[in-house]
Amino acid sequence: MPVLARWIEAAGIPTVVVTMMPSVAKERRAPRIVGVEFPFGHAFGMPRDRGMQRRTLELALRVLGGASDFGTRVDLDVEWPVPVREAYRAWQPKEPSPIVRKMLESPKSS
Amino acid sequence: MVVDSFKFLPRTFRPLYEGRGPFPGEDEPVWAPFEKRLAQARIALLTSAGMYLKDSQPSFDLEREQTHPEWGDPTWRSIPATASAEGIGVAHLHINDDDLLADPEIALPMHLLGQLAEEGMIGGAVAEHVSVMGFQERSLRDWHETTAPELVAHLRDQVADGLILAPA
Repeated sequence: MPVLARWIEAAGIPTVVVTMMPSVAKERRAPRIVGVEFPFGHAFGMPRDRGMQRRTLELALRVLGGASDFGTRVDLDVEWPVPVREAYRAWQPKEPSPIVRKMLESPKSS
Repeated sequence: MVVDSFKFLPRTFRPLYEGRGPFPGEDEPVWAPFEKRLAQARIALLTSAGMYLKDSQPSFDLEREQTHPEWGDPTWRSIPATASAEGIGVAHLHINDDDLLADPEIALPMHLLGQLAEEGMIGGAVAEHVSVMGFQERSLRDWHETTAPELVAHLRDQVADGLILAPA
């Protein structure tokens, strides 16, 4: 995703990446980054929590419109309101993805 | 407060993301200045949650991913800003889609963006936002050669002044 942002930015359209892995977006050289400490699949917050979603979207807009330097990263100071262990389980797919299944099976086949 | 980028990631996945540096050939800064005021700018959203319109668009190709685990569908979908939650499907094998289906705004907050436009914080929102499926083959060749140029053309067609991308 940071790389896709770079290609679009290079074509002249300013971008900001809202991501749960801001340090990775920084390593991949995204132009503007908003970090969120939310589980995967929830970049803007909890379902139906419009206040939380608004805080995230407004920060993204401010960074998009106001960052002056390449690589600007601003993190959102909002805590996920679900215990970590529960949230960690909840975001994961009900069945392992094909690539994870392959990774899990590969030691057996070697 | 600094976000812990690996808080919700299984420990074994961390080396797949961390310490790998820039994508090959993508180490130089790229920068398009945001020249307008937000209140005069038209904004677009992009999600990588694999959203599509159930009634009028094909799903992302999950069958091929099942048989080719290192491949991910590189195509994209245009999502009208007026689409209702009930009309949106999610095709992504790497996340639980329950919350995305219950409230697509958590990944593609297009109604909220429309509200911010009505309130005057931004000048407007595009009519057609963008969805991709974020799990991609490592080289990103199709995204680079086909999808990215198509997205740029779409965003220009929508007269977007800026884009907010949100990985799933």
